[in-house]
Amino acid sequence: MEEQEFTPKIVGFLCNWCAYTAADTAGVSRLQMPPSVMVVRVMCSGRVDPLFVLSAFLKGADGVLVAGCWPGQCHYQKGNLHARRRAAMLKSIFETLGLEMADRFRLSWVSASEAPRFAEVAKEFTEEVEQLGPTPIWDEVFL
Amino acid sequence: MPEGLKINKGAEEAVRELLRSLLESGRVNGVLALGRTGGSNGGVAYSLFTDPDAFRVDGTALPLLPFMPANAGGLLSRLTLREPLAGPVAAVVKPCELRAFIELVKRSQGSLDNLLLISSTCGGVYPLDVGANGDLKERPPGYWEAVKHGELDHDVRPTCRACVHFVPDNADITVALVGKEDLDTQCALFLNTEKGAKFVEGLEGTPLSDELETEPIQRSHSQRAAYREELFAGVEVGMQELIRTFGRCIGCHACKTVCPICYCSLCYFESQDCEYLPEIYETELERKGGLRVPPNTIFFQLGRLAHVSVSCVGCGMCTDVCPADIPVSTIFSKVGTSVQALFGYRPGKDVTEEIPLMTFEEEELTQVAT
Repeated sequence: MEEQEFTPKIVGFLCNWCAYTAADTAGVSRLQMPPSVMVVRVMCSGRVDPLFVLSAFLKGADGVLVAGCWPGQCHYQKGNLHARRRAAMLKSIFETLGLEMADRFRLSWVSASEAPRFAEVAKEFTEEVEQLGPTPIWDEVFL
Repeated sequence: MPEGLKINKGAEEAVRELLRSLLESGRVNGVLALGRTGGSNGGVAYSLFTDPDAFRVDGTALPLLPFMPANAGGLLSRLTLREPLAGPVAAVVKPCELRAFIELVKRSQGSLDNLLLISSTCGGVYPLDVGANGDLKERPPGYWEAVKHGELDHDVRPTCRACVHFVPDNADITVALVGKEDLDTQCALFLNTEKGAKFVEGLEGTPLSDELETEPIQRSHSQRAAYREELFAGVEVGMQELIRTFGRCIGCHACKTVCPICYCSLCYFESQDCEYLPEIYETELERKGGLRVPPNTIFFQLGRLAHVSVSCVGCGMCTDVCPADIPVSTIFSKVGTSVQALFGYRPGKDVTEEIPLMTFEEEELTQVAT
């Protein structure tokens, strides 16, 4: 079955100070993780322009993950709180327009010491996206 | 209750007289208002007037004309971008234009200093093609007859018929028009600020005891709200539907050009960053077996939504200029309404309130991050 072979392509924007470190540690510790998250290291989840997310989706990403520090732990004090507002806005746009990108987008807080949590988030989100199937945008000629 | 002034003249005449006296007495250096350009059958454009005679009954200025050749919010921003106005200038603008200007001021794209903002309860404006084919001259009698009774002329733009923010926020002076049965003979000016009151000093009239938000205004509000629901319900949702809707887009970016909130002078979507390199074309083609060119139509529209939806004032300029008849403004208003509701924000309401994306609260939106 084709569906079983489907490994989603998830673009993960990971904060250098926490989620990226966690992902790194998870790798070094050989935690079990699906190979679906393609990592883009950013200096802060607040660096993630909504256009990055849109661009990833429209270029065919099955999912987009933005992961940053827990509220109150941002290396730059408040970047993650800005990221949260932007994520809320993006979700609202997707939902109003009935786009399934709303379900294919996830914002998560993962601190540097939470390697197991990162593995868990990656696994969980991958499963969610797997359920949704490949993005219909992949073959879309007009975008 | 706001102070006000009742003038024993028709609304149009009273406003003309007010502006003329402001210019004559030197209390303002100029007036930004709509005016005829290039003789009797020329177009209509926003202009800066310094000649008081322009506001005589048959003068070239048309301060209350139901027409919007540009969103004046953007024009005020251009006039005050580098520095605030050197001397007092009055501007006669529609409520949505005022809201747009407030949003621009919040973005450091203009200054309220030295501006006397005059607005009115708004009965909507005609689409641009009415102005282009010269019909605009014959429209006003029917228009005012409808406005008087709190109704809307059927030919005003759909966006206006669906506008629920037609009572201006932040105007120094509000001219009551919607639902004013006696607007041919009486003019009610609401003086919302000290500045507004100061500028009309000496104008003949009696103190006003009316309320601004009368029953006809509420009735018009609920009618427009119902039509708004209808328009919003007509927006097709889903990716395929979005592709169908914007399949007509010719990529002229006129919606972006006329949008008052889209203030960047260099647009990302027109930059080199948005051009595909040859190898990207190749990989896309290999994968998809075809590619619409120029690409990025949906990206442009969604990206613009991400940029402006939080501050979209629903002025309708984008729909009005769209050569492909895409209901851009309906889509943007619908998305804008939900994004603004998320942050409890009303664009253009309060100049001191921060733009939601420029601020945050420590404890909020906890369900967004999982």
